[in-house]
Formats: sequence, C-alpha cells, structure tokens
Amino acid sequence: MKLAAIDWAILVLYFIFVLGIGYALKRYMRSSEDYFLSGRSIPAWVAGLAFLSANLGAQEVIGMAASGAKYGLATSHFYWVGAIPAMVFLGIFMMPFYYGSRARSVPEYLKLRFDEKTRAFNAISFAAMTIFSSGISMYAMGLLLNLLLGWDFTVSVWVSATVVLLYIFLGGLTSAIYNEVLQFFLIVFGFAPLVFLGLQDIGGWAGLTAALNDVATSRGYEAGAWTQTWSMSGDPSANPMGVEWFGIAMGLGFVLAFGYWCTDFLVVQRAMAANSMSAARRAPIIAAVPKMLFPFLVILPGMIAIGLMQNVDTTGFALPAKADGSINYDLTIPMLLIEYFPNGMLGLGLTALLASFMSGMAGNVTAFNTVWTYDIYQSYIRSGASDAHYLMVGRVTTIVGVSLSVAAAYVANSFNNIMDMLQLLFAFVNAPLFATFLLGMFWKRATGHGAFFGLLSGTIAAALHHGLSLPAGATAGVKGGWLQAIESYPSEMAQNFWTAIYAFTTCFVLTIVISLLTRPREERELVGLVYSLTEKPQEHGVPWYGRPGPLGAAVVGLSLVLSIMFW
Amino acid sequence: MSQPAGLDVRWPLGLLFVLLGALLLGYGLLLEPTQATAFTGEPPGMQVAADVINMTWGAVLLLFGAVVLYLARRGRRGSTQP
Repeated sequence: MKLAAIDWAILVLYFIFVLGIGYALKRYMRSSEDYFLSGRSIPAWVAGLAFLSANLGAQEVIGMAASGAKYGLATSHFYWVGAIPAMVFLGIFMMPFYYGSRARSVPEYLKLRFDEKTRAFNAISFAAMTIFSSGISMYAMGLLLNLLLGWDFTVSVWVSATVVLLYIFLGGLTSAIYNEVLQFFLIVFGFAPLVFLGLQDIGGWAGLTAALNDVATSRGYEAGAWTQTWSMSGDPSANPMGVEWFGIAMGLGFVLAFGYWCTDFLVVQRAMAANSMSAARRAPIIAAVPKMLFPFLVILPGMIAIGLMQNVDTTGFALPAKADGSINYDLTIPMLLIEYFPNGMLGLGLTALLASFMSGMAGNVTAFNTVWTYDIYQSYIRSGASDAHYLMVGRVTTIVGVSLSVAAAYVANSFNNIMDMLQLLFAFVNAPLFATFLLGMFWKRATGHGAFFGLLSGTIAAALHHGLSLPAGATAGVKGGWLQAIESYPSEMAQNFWTAIYAFTTCFVLTIVISLLTRPREERELVGLVYSLTEKPQEHGVPWYGRPGPLGAAVVGLSLVLSIMFW
Repeated sequence: MSQPAGLDVRWPLGLLFVLLGALLLGYGLLLEPTQATAFTGEPPGMQVAADVINMTWGAVLLLFGAVVLYLARRGRRGSTQP
C-alpha cells in the first residue's frame, strides 16, 4: 500500500486536532476531580459516545471483523445478546449506585459497599490489566502498520504512545472523552463506505448470502451457518463458533457481557463523568443505540471478505496466510481498505484505524491513572495530601502508565506466550466479578468477607475449569488442560463461555453462604449503596426519551427486532 | 447542572469534519477523471472511480461537519440566554 500526499495531509490534520483538544482543555484542569472525573460536567450524549468509543479499540474493530469472517453473523451475539442488555441494565439499575454513591471509581464503590480488601483486590488486578491491554493494543498496532505500510515497529509504537500521553497529560479525562467523540465519528465515517463498496462488489445482500452459503457448505455446515444466528445454535456442531444456545445466553449474554459492561471501570468511568444522575444513567443507553448497529460496520466487512475469498478466481481477493499456513483473519479490515479505497479515502480509513487504536489505549490509560491515584496511592501510600498533590500524581501516573504500556508492547513483541497467559489470568479475575456487584447492589445482607472470599473462589474456579478442559484440536498449555484435560469443548469460545459460567456460579453461591455466616453491616451505612435502601430517582414531568427506563426498553426492543430479522 | 467543561466538543468535531471533507472534495475535483481509473483489481460489476468516491464522501463529511458547527453555534446562543 502506498500513501499519497493527500493521505498524509488527512493523517496530520487529525493529529493536530487530537493534540489541539488536549492543549485547549489544559486550562480547565484545576482540581483532581477535573482531571480524573471531568469535574462531572459531561453532557449525556458526549458521555454516551465516549462510553462506546473507549471500547472501540483494536480488539473491537480488528477482532470483530476477524470473527465475522471466521464465525459469520453469529458474531452479532456479542452485540444483540451481550452488550445491549448489559448496557441498558447498567444505565437503569446500576448507575444510580455508581453515580449516587459519589464513588470516584469502581474499586472505590467496592470499598464503600464492602471493605478495604475487596477494593484492593479489584484495584490492583484492574490496574495491572489496563497496562497490559494497552500494551497489547500498541503491539497489535505496531505489527499492523509494519505489515501494511512498512513503518518501523518502534516508531509506530512511540509516536502513538507520545500522542496519547500528551493529550491525556494536558487535558485529563475530558481530553480523552472529547477525543473519543471524534474517534467515534471517524470510525463510522471511515468504515461505512467500505461496507457499502464491499456489498456492491459482492452483489448486495443476495450476493453475499450466496457466497457465504458456499463458504458454509464447503466447510461441512448447513447453508445458512454464516448468515443466520439463533437458528444455527441448536447444537454446537451446527455453527462455526461451536457453541449452543445455552452457552450463548448464559456464558456470553449473562456472565461475560454483564461482567464487562457493568463492572469494567474503563467504560463505566465515562458514564461517571456525566453532569447529572439522569445523564449518567442515560449515557450507556444512548451508547447502546449505535452499538446495536455496529455489527453492520465491523462484522459485515469480515463476512464480505470471506465471501470474496470463496470466489477468489473471479474477485481476486484473498486474505494473506500466517506463517503456519492458516488464514490471517486479523488483516480483514486492512486488506479491504487496500482493495476498495483510492488515495484520499485511504487516508481517511487509515486515520479511522489509528483512531480506534488510540481510543483503546487512552481508555486504558485514563482508567489506570484514576485507579492508581485514588485507589492505590491515596489509599495505601499517601493519604491526606492536598488536592493539588493528587492532581500532580495523576499527571505523573499518566507518564508512568504510558511508559509501562510501551514496555508491555515490547514484552508482547518478544514473548507472545507471556501476554496470552496474562490475559488468561485477567479473564479469571473478571469472570466472577459481576456476581459480586449483583449481590452488592441488590442484596443488603451481602458482607465484605462474603464478597472477598466469593470473588477469590470464583477466580480459582475459573482457573480450575480452564486447567481441566481443552478446546478441540488444542494442545495442553495456554489453551487449557494444564492440570488434566478431563472435559473437551468444540471451540475455544465454548470453553471461555463455560469458564465464565462456572466462575460466576461459584462466586455467587459462596458469597451468599459466607455472607450468611458473617456479621451483616448496619443498614444505615448502606444507604445509597444498595437498591432496597436507596431512594428511587424522581422523574416526574420528564418526557419518556429523557427517562432511562422507557429509553432502555425501546433499545432492548429494537435489538430484539434485529435478532429476529437475522434469526 | 454543574459547571460546563468550558469547551463545547462540537466545535472541534465540526471543524475537523469540515476540513476533512474539504480536503477529500478538493482532491477528488483535482483528479483527472481519465487517470482516476477503477482502483480495484478486477471487480465484477463495480467500477467506482477514485475521483467520484473522494468527491462524494468529501461532500458528505463536509455537510456533517457543517451541521455539527451549526448545532454548536445554536448551543452557544442558547447558553448565554437566561
């Protein structure tokens, strides 16, 4: 791929805006609350788009297109079954406690609701996780730019890290949020023409279905395996994902999606920066509207690519192979960009891709500096200092966080397996977390000891299940079965879903049992933290579209319609 | 409602898209239609020329940016009134 002057001009223009926003916001950063929480001043729609964008990192754009190619439209389960209900649940039921408790972070809520040790467990694992995910994101970007444009890995990593560092250092969370809004629109406007041109090329939806039916039958599935969703989920062997309806609904829909969208501070932080309780609750629901349509933006390109590849003789399009001979699905979006975009548009598409990498990175860095400064530094290292001190610590932490991410990117570059193992470890920590929050927010009897030991056992249960099971065709090791493979799953995805189900159930049951055996907290200490002891927000005289409840119901209804349309 | 963040995000958003749109539109107009041949290898039934797609999408971005700037201006007027 060769860039022309126009492509560079677009890229440079974007970078000027990114840094300009940081610079323009610098003078508004007067207190640590401005820096870490945007002074709780962000309008609902801005918080909503940032909420969505923080998750629109490399994994989302590159990974969802890759899954679209690999598994077809069933990938949309991650949206219509997974994300949408969880985002609506967060807005309607959980946001009142996150926002209303005045906690400054998700770990801090755990401290207010439970105790110090539960907070510490969550804060430390979360902080480590953000650094490594940001590092992996950077590593993926460096690799991709090297492959596509021949850019040097080191230059790519350092330039993007420096840009992200500068705009967060200057403008804090507000700067990250504003840039996420820009990134959101860039990604939409950068990838929409790709889908349009691709669909034109393959002969519209009918042409795509025909090509994908060939893909399905040539791989031993029924014709609709790539273009239908639920109708192919009766048996794990009927779809390329290798999961059946129960695993999808429970593992992905209930445990994994709710665990991520409702408890991950990376996204929740955006909603917590909103300017009112009502805005904070509407933010994730507003985000759910575009999220619902994202399968058409990020999954469809993958389906188009694999359809084109099926008829490679006439289309001339093929995804490159990896060193081991398997298809490199991760290159779906970049290869389509090269195929369809002329210079000019190519610059826009590339900018959108870079924007997605940077939004993922920035989300991790802002979440890291808040959790580090408030939940670790202020709590265990130095409490009682002046606000200016913590603002300074936040800025320094931004530098440290970005530097550690760069280091992590280099670690990933040299020891791929270490990063796989770390990601695995974090998956164990995250899997049971939603049970803790669910009980914490809706059962006043849940105690600190119950939460902590429930969480710990859930994590151990996840690790045990992983160590005792193996996806088909894998060898024991990072993929599982490192204790002894007594259970076998048709795919890695099925194994993941079941790991999550075991972890959640263990944490849920043990938290209840241990809570009942330990001394409950005084009810007056739990006001504002637990559903039954908190006054419901008043919404008299607010039109339906301004109220989270009806808005959320409308969003869930719409995503149900989409599910049925593509049943 | 608490203190607004000081800078309405719609200003940079609108401005960025107006400039991006102008760049693409201008570039599309400058391209010679003859030399701007189809850019894909051998696509059946699709020959979108580079000048057309740059111009069209440039115009779309420009329009989007202009609408956002208009909304930002209206928002500012709204906030100065009591």
